[in-house]
Amino acid sequence: MRLNYPANLKIIRVPCTGKVDVIHLLKAIERGADGACVIGCMEGECLYNRGNFRARKRVMQARKVLRSVGIEEERLQMYNLSSSEGPKFALYANDMTEKIKALGPNPLKAAKAKLKAA
Amino acid sequence: MIVAEQKKLEEIVGQIQDFNKILLVGCNECVTVCEAGGKKEVGILASALRMYFLNHGKEMTIDEVTLERQCDHEYLEEIRDMQDKYDAVLSLACGVGVQFMAEKYHDKPVYPGVNTCFLGATEERGLWTERCQACGSCILAYTGGICPVSRCAKRLMNGPCGGSTNGKCEISKETDCAWQLIVNRLKALGRMDDYEKLMPLKDWSTDRAGGPRKVVKEDVQL
Repeated sequence: MRLNYPANLKIIRVPCTGKVDVIHLLKAIERGADGACVIGCMEGECLYNRGNFRARKRVMQARKVLRSVGIEEERLQMYNLSSSEGPKFALYANDMTEKIKALGPNPLKAAKAKLKAA
Repeated sequence: MIVAEQKKLEEIVGQIQDFNKILLVGCNECVTVCEAGGKKEVGILASALRMYFLNHGKEMTIDEVTLERQCDHEYLEEIRDMQDKYDAVLSLACGVGVQFMAEKYHDKPVYPGVNTCFLGATEERGLWTERCQACGSCILAYTGGICPVSRCAKRLMNGPCGGSTNGKCEISKETDCAWQLIVNRLKALGRMDDYEKLMPLKDWSTDRAGGPRKVVKEDVQL
């Protein structure tokens, strides 16, 4: 297939998206990631029945936290695809990158640098 | 268990914003089960607060620890040396834990991170409902195991009242009439004779009306 997708995307493998917790998503942003997305199986096709539904809920919970601290919630996204959909993965990777580029860098990085300089 | 709900971030921020070093303390008991103040919630709140203050240009240290319980001396003692290093403690325990912490560490400001709501059960994930008001003299034996003190809006001892319609209470269509539940249960148990008996006036002196209460069990005291 040899599809291209943006090189800025770092992939972290988990056994099921149901393993992804709110704190993992928050820590990513807290430590300076510009965004994080969870890419799970198609809804209704989870091997563990509800793993991807749990993941979606947790992404929503984490987005709510970001909103409350004044950071754009769009930095966290949830996508679904089936394991054989390589082109869709590349599409999501591009979509995520475009979304984050439009938002600009994580504001916490600038805030941290400003505090250090002071 | 004691059911609590986390306070809104703005309120928590308002309580601690004048300090620089905060120790966020969770509790492994009731507030863990009701997902308000266990280790997981401590992690999420600590991360949220760190991001909030950083985003608002303030350097703030928020460290985390979760104790087995905050309503027992031995567990609270675990942070004796630790708490010295912080300007204030933010406790995610119920009101009991927050107060016990404040009593033990007399010169340390202690702030509550949750609102303590009631004694209740987990009906389903994410749904907790009231079951007990700790009135101090249990009458569940006579009411088919359903408590009119905590579940009837009027705390009636001989119900239902005229506000009961189709099994629901007049205060809300979502609230079951406790006395309807009691009658249904007594019927199922074949104990409707009990329903016919008039309940005497309840002794409320064991309730909060008698002031702060205590339980003493001398035979276990050392």
